[in-house]
Amino acid sequence: MSDAPRMPDECGVPDPFPVMHPIMKANFGNWKYHDRPRPGVLHHVAHSGDEIWTVRAGTQRQMDVHSIRILCDIADKYADGYIRFTTRSNAEFMVGKEAQVTPLVEQLTKAGFPVGGTGNSVSMISHTQGWLHCDIPATDASGVAKALMDELYEEFIHEEMPNRVRLTTSCCQINCGGQGDIAINVQHTKPPKINHDLVGNICERPSVIARCPVAAIRPAMVNGKPSLEVDEKKCMCCGACFPPCPAMQINDPEHSKLAIWVGGKHSNARSKPKFHRLVVAGLPNNPPRWPEVSAVVKKILHVYKEDARDWERMGDWIDRIGWQRFFELTDLPFTKYHIDDWHGGRGNLNASAHIRF
Amino acid sequence: MAKKLHKTPLLDELESGPWPSFVTGLKRLAKDSKKPYAPMMNDLLGQLETSYSTRKGYWKGGTVGVRGYGGGVIPRFTELKDKNEKPVYPDAAEFHTLRIMPPAGMHYDTATLRKLCDIWEKHGSGLIALHGQSGDIMFQGCTTENVQPAFDELNEAGFDMGGAGPALRTSISCVGAARCEHSCANEQRIHRTLINNFLDEMHRPALPYKFKFKVSGCPNDCTNAIQRSDFAIIGIWCDDMKVDQEEVKKFVADRGRKYTIDNVITRCPTNALSLNDDDTFEVDNPNCVRCMHCINVMTRALAPGDDKGIAVLLGGKRSLKIGDLMGTVLVPFMKVETDEDYEKLVEFAGNVIDFFAENALEHERTGEMIERIGLANFLEGIGVEPDLNMITAPRSNSYVRTDGWDEEVEKWEKRKAESKK
Repeated sequence: MSDAPRMPDECGVPDPFPVMHPIMKANFGNWKYHDRPRPGVLHHVAHSGDEIWTVRAGTQRQMDVHSIRILCDIADKYADGYIRFTTRSNAEFMVGKEAQVTPLVEQLTKAGFPVGGTGNSVSMISHTQGWLHCDIPATDASGVAKALMDELYEEFIHEEMPNRVRLTTSCCQINCGGQGDIAINVQHTKPPKINHDLVGNICERPSVIARCPVAAIRPAMVNGKPSLEVDEKKCMCCGACFPPCPAMQINDPEHSKLAIWVGGKHSNARSKPKFHRLVVAGLPNNPPRWPEVSAVVKKILHVYKEDARDWERMGDWIDRIGWQRFFELTDLPFTKYHIDDWHGGRGNLNASAHIRF
Repeated sequence: MAKKLHKTPLLDELESGPWPSFVTGLKRLAKDSKKPYAPMMNDLLGQLETSYSTRKGYWKGGTVGVRGYGGGVIPRFTELKDKNEKPVYPDAAEFHTLRIMPPAGMHYDTATLRKLCDIWEKHGSGLIALHGQSGDIMFQGCTTENVQPAFDELNEAGFDMGGAGPALRTSISCVGAARCEHSCANEQRIHRTLINNFLDEMHRPALPYKFKFKVSGCPNDCTNAIQRSDFAIIGIWCDDMKVDQEEVKKFVADRGRKYTIDNVITRCPTNALSLNDDDTFEVDNPNCVRCMHCINVMTRALAPGDDKGIAVLLGGKRSLKIGDLMGTVLVPFMKVETDEDYEKLVEFAGNVIDFFAENALEHERTGEMIERIGLANFLEGIGVEPDLNMITAPRSNSYVRTDGWDEEVEKWEKRKAESKK
């Protein structure tokens, strides 16, 4: 039947080989070593003797088709017609001759795509959707990333940090956003405001109750309607009830704050992977440029850059100098909120006489 | 005539500065007055500017999909309404996202990228995020009506829908063997084999909650698999690491002994490295934990061994509900070379997904389920024997019933004897 509706071709993940740079294809699984001739450029050498230079450029991730076509034009003219992307939304252009590197770097820079993000630099912030597209965000993501990367631009295009620095952001407390050397995450400070007129109609109450990590939500009749109530003494304002029930409004222009966490890393190099740790909370959600957040991030990065030894990631550095010295050097306040009281939190207390003065 | 552009004084502040501006991109699209998406992007800017001013979000979810699939489209309807319940920015009242899986390793040629742009210019907003946190190409901004034709064209171009909701999610793999000497596996084949064998779990969501695979070719874990995936694959080797002593000598001559000692020798987490008097290295291989540090520093002199494979760690996730969890080791080492090896990996992943589907509570991730029932019970459930690489230390409390001790010891002795054969 010709008018039968088209059904999807369940073709799955596309094969990368037809769209892979020929030198990468030819030397797949056969690379010998790499070095970095300059910030933003990787040079890989294969056992076959083949060489490939990769130029890495930062992008805004949320790209209009014009920006993508500019990247394509540059790739066609200067980089053999191939582009790949890193997990942090950097675009990578591969070339087979060293002489192609400088013109490529120049073109990217001229087109406004900063070349960098390699080695011990501050790479692009891995970020989420925010106000542009998410249904639960307390802040924006692309805007926070843009504002911060403007401030950290020099650290992206140079390799002057003790080791690589990976930043992440998250527009809610519960879900997206990864671990990072520095993470900028929303931290709510007030329990949800409940719209009792809506709960009964739009929320499946038992699932909302089940979502709460501290069992603070109970079914209730309010003004004759089935609704929910929150034990505000128990509530820790995480916002887990909000996605399944938009009537539990957790986001607040004033009381949804930003917090900064440090010392996370995913690599297994030297130490095991680490979670980031809370260092600052209570920063205002202040668009369009979030200057209070930038100030703290820059302060922490500055101290890390001055004090850490070569190859120490933020978390490795803090392991060596201890949290006491970290708070002292960064001149940040230490409060009762830093003391972990969640499951397993005792593991974060000092069960020893290892004490620093 | 084109509609007047909304004023966006707050967003305009994000057009200055050296980093590429997404706002400039959004405005370029809004100004494309001959393109069908211009009114949508103008109204999107209007709503986003409102968010910047009120510090509130205005999207809600809903149900939008494509024929044959139960997920992959992220529906967004505006909640910014006037007194009469009419959208303040009607042309952006529907602004759905299509999650589309990129080629494994995020490789493109420009013809493919241009084709994606052309399709999205025709049916969508002209705004594409490369890439989302799970690894999707996110085609952001589509009316309900255009979702099906947009998907049909993308699908005909060889692209398939990614995951959303309580389902298998889109995966991500590092550049790996395509350009990295650290690679211990064929990341892209593993990525494609796993996802493409379980597409039913992605396209017809029926799991308790999301389930993610991520593939990193070495313990540097560039895809953040251990912290961010339910099923993390980490490339690893089980023989001795490779040392080119001539290159070691050159490194020491070039960088100096102090640098070598301070940045390589003493940074080894298990003190498995020693600098010999002739400036070569001695490696205590049985005590090397394959952390990658020395190999990262001395890329010419040191390399992973020849007997390569993968480790599998299960249960990583972020906060909700019980707190952040790292993946923990389930398989310390397996070869992934022959077709049979790949079949074994798929079978193992299938067992894990089946157990998760049957035993996890609603909205419970794999790591939370393991936490609730205990790793030992989970191992019994999926038929995996305990292994010392699964723990950092044995239990420190006596609250365990051990009346099956003799049988378990017998099993251990039997496994030991078999592995010696």
